[in-house]
Amino acid sequence: MTAAALIAILLGMILLLIRTLIGPTLYDRVLAVNSFGTKTVLALGLLGFVMGRPEFLDIAILYAMINFVSTIAILKFFRYRSFQVPLVRRDAQGGKRNG
Amino acid sequence: MADILVNLQQFFEIVRYPAGGALCLIGAILCVIGTIGVMRFPDFYTRMHAASITDTSGATVILIGMALMAPGWVIVVKLAVIFWLLFLTSPTASHAVASAAHTAGLQPLIGRVGQEHDDDEGVS
Repeated sequence: MTAAALIAILLGMILLLIRTLIGPTLYDRVLAVNSFGTKTVLALGLLGFVMGRPEFLDIAILYAMINFVSTIAILKFFRYRSFQVPLVRRDAQGGKRNG
Repeated sequence: MADILVNLQQFFEIVRYPAGGALCLIGAILCVIGTIGVMRFPDFYTRMHAASITDTSGATVILIGMALMAPGWVIVVKLAVIFWLLFLTSPTASHAVASAAHTAGLQPLIGRVGQEHDDDEGVS
C-alpha cells in the first residue's frame, strides 16, 4: 500500500507540473511549485519506506527547509526585482533612519 | 494487568503495518484530490484553497502513517521534525503567496463559472 501511495503522489506531482507550465499568472506557478515541494517531501519519505531505508527522511527534512526559503525568495524577487533590498526604511526626505 | 499490556503490545505489533499503509494511502488520495482541485478550479484564490488540502490533511495523515510503520524512535523523531517544519512553513508560504497576489492587484473571479463577466445589470 505504501507503493500505491507513492504512485498516487507521483501522479499528483505530474499534474502540478502541468499547472506550473500552463498557469495563467505568476502566482499560480508559485503556488504550484510550493505544493510540488510539499509533495516532494512526502514522496521522499514514502520512497524511503518503500525501499526499506528510512534514512531518506534526512533529505526530506532538507527539502522541507529549502522549499520554504525558495518560495519566499521567488516572491521577494518578483516584488522588488532584486534580492538586495535595503533593510532600513527611508523617510519622506530620502534620508536613512533606523527601524 | 500485565497480561492486558502484553496483549495490547502484540495487537499493536500486528496492526501497525496495515494501519500505517492504509493511512499513507488515504493521505495520498487526499493529495491527489487537492491536485485535481488545483488543476480544475477557475481562479488563483480557489486554487490556493485546493492546494491547502495537500499541506494540511494529506501531509499530516501520511506522516502519521509513516510514524506507525517506523522501525525505531529516531525515525519517529525525524517525522516529527518534518511535521513541525511543514506545520510552520506552509501557512507562512500560503500567506506570502496570497499577500503578494493581493498586493499586485490580482482580482478574484466573481460569479458562476463559465459566465460572461461583463454583464453587470442582473447581479448587483
